[in-house]
Amino acid sequence: MSRVTRFIDLTLNGISTGAVYAAVALALVLIWRATRIVNFAQGGMLMVTTFIASSVIGSSGSYWLGFAVALVSGLALGAVVERVLIRRVESGPPLNAVIVALGLLILLEAGAGMIWGNTPQSFPPAFTIRGYEVGGTRLLFSPNDTFTVLVVIAVAAGLALGFRGTALGLRMRAAALAPEVARLLGVRVGRMFTLGWACAALVGSLAGLLVAPSVFVGPNQFDPILIFGFTAAVLGGLDSPGGAVVGGIVLGLALSYVSGYEGASLVTLAALVVLIAVLMVRPGGLFSGGRERRV
Amino acid sequence: MSDGPMSDAPMSAGPPSAGRTSADGTSAGPTGEAPALQIDGLRTDYGPVRAVDDVTLSVYAGSVTAVLGANGAGKTSLLRTISGLERASAGSVRLAGEEILGVAVEDIVRRGLAHVPEGRGVIGELSTEENLRLGGLFRGARSAPLSEMYELFPALAERRGQQAASLSGGERQMLSIGRALMGRPRVLLLDEPSLGLAPIVVAQIMRLIRALAAERGLAVLLVEQNARSALAIADRGIVLNLGRVVADEPAGALAADEGLRHAYLGF
Repeated sequence: MSRVTRFIDLTLNGISTGAVYAAVALALVLIWRATRIVNFAQGGMLMVTTFIASSVIGSSGSYWLGFAVALVSGLALGAVVERVLIRRVESGPPLNAVIVALGLLILLEAGAGMIWGNTPQSFPPAFTIRGYEVGGTRLLFSPNDTFTVLVVIAVAAGLALGFRGTALGLRMRAAALAPEVARLLGVRVGRMFTLGWACAALVGSLAGLLVAPSVFVGPNQFDPILIFGFTAAVLGGLDSPGGAVVGGIVLGLALSYVSGYEGASLVTLAALVVLIAVLMVRPGGLFSGGRERRV
Repeated sequence: MSDGPMSDAPMSAGPPSAGRTSADGTSAGPTGEAPALQIDGLRTDYGPVRAVDDVTLSVYAGSVTAVLGANGAGKTSLLRTISGLERASAGSVRLAGEEILGVAVEDIVRRGLAHVPEGRGVIGELSTEENLRLGGLFRGARSAPLSEMYELFPALAERRGQQAASLSGGERQMLSIGRALMGRPRVLLLDEPSLGLAPIVVAQIMRLIRALAAERGLAVLLVEQNARSALAIADRGIVLNLGRVVADEPAGALAADEGLRHAYLGF
């Protein structure tokens, strides 16, 4: 295989995995923006919704029914988690929310193991994972990768439009930026927080569906995805949905090159190096330029 | 909801007519109507600290009531309790005759009470226009049109697309007042609108407040440390000290009361 083909393969593969990291990062950023909480339970939440999809697909035989059910259950799970658990710690010290999120992660992983077992199961892709054939060579990029990238772009664009262009988006931003002022202007801040968590969990469940074919479904199979998604979110500045997408793609590319040229065992280490390097050079993330919060 | 006649140049409204309140100082309205906002025996405690202590006052449509006092006199706590941000320990707050103590903040706004908080409360990350729109969202189609605010505050029209954080102090104050007006309130609570502004801007803001009351029939409860500016446009002045009302008089009489001025107002 020529060097050029190899490079193209690694790049395309990086974009496709990066899109998944971007989706996880988006889920984290949405919650961070809405409630200033890093949702460490996100990996567990998307694991549960992917298991639900797996069960639905298994019993109905329809991938798209499972897909839809996973998204809806993500929406519901996000809302329930916010209302039942997070609402109680939202106004407390940040550490309380972190501990609650971690506790939820452990609870979800243990619960999933009891219900679905601890052995990772295969998960079908939406489209074929056989790569495109270009001029006699088969690329590492498949129709399913195209689907992954397009879906994540569509979600990011939809979120951007929703936040910028709709009254509901304006309410959600106001609630996140200045809860007290928002209440004085008639915004039902609690509902906006619930909605923010629901949207985030929906995006997270989408990430789970997209990544499941390559990592399989199991209680702990999504832990690395959460870490990479978190790295991508921090790269982008935690506060910026656009930054999350770019951070995800950049991380995907970097890890793909590292894995392809240096060996897969270095991937996690490389992610940490990227994270530390960015935090040292730009502590606010790549997209933090001049958007400091005044309190 | 009725609005007063709109003037093309509300900023140029003249000084208040003296003695809108009856000479004997009772809380009967200027024309004998019921108060837009009636507060009785209001008390707010922060743990063992009593921030608002047995406050009784009335605010009438078309008039400005100034609440004066030093730092820590309980002025901000009083406003926060009225708008529902703090829980009252006792007393009553009636908006157009209806009790609103215990009603959620978001619902009090819907009943026509707008609170412009201290420090202006402009959301810096949003644009000027987004801030304004936010103020009218809960009214839906019955929100005031943006064009009305841009007419009232031409400076804001020029900066409609800019992030609110980039506005000057005076512009931010106009923005937060304009944003409150978007919801077409009947009662307007203003917390220290003059804070940190140049004297000429303070005068402009005060004239605007006067005009809003006179032309739109708004009932304005104005909290100020800048007693001189506030009394110049107010109909009635109330002095708070350690959470208690120590004076409640027509603004002119209060401004003329040298003993009181020296004791509590520092001018």
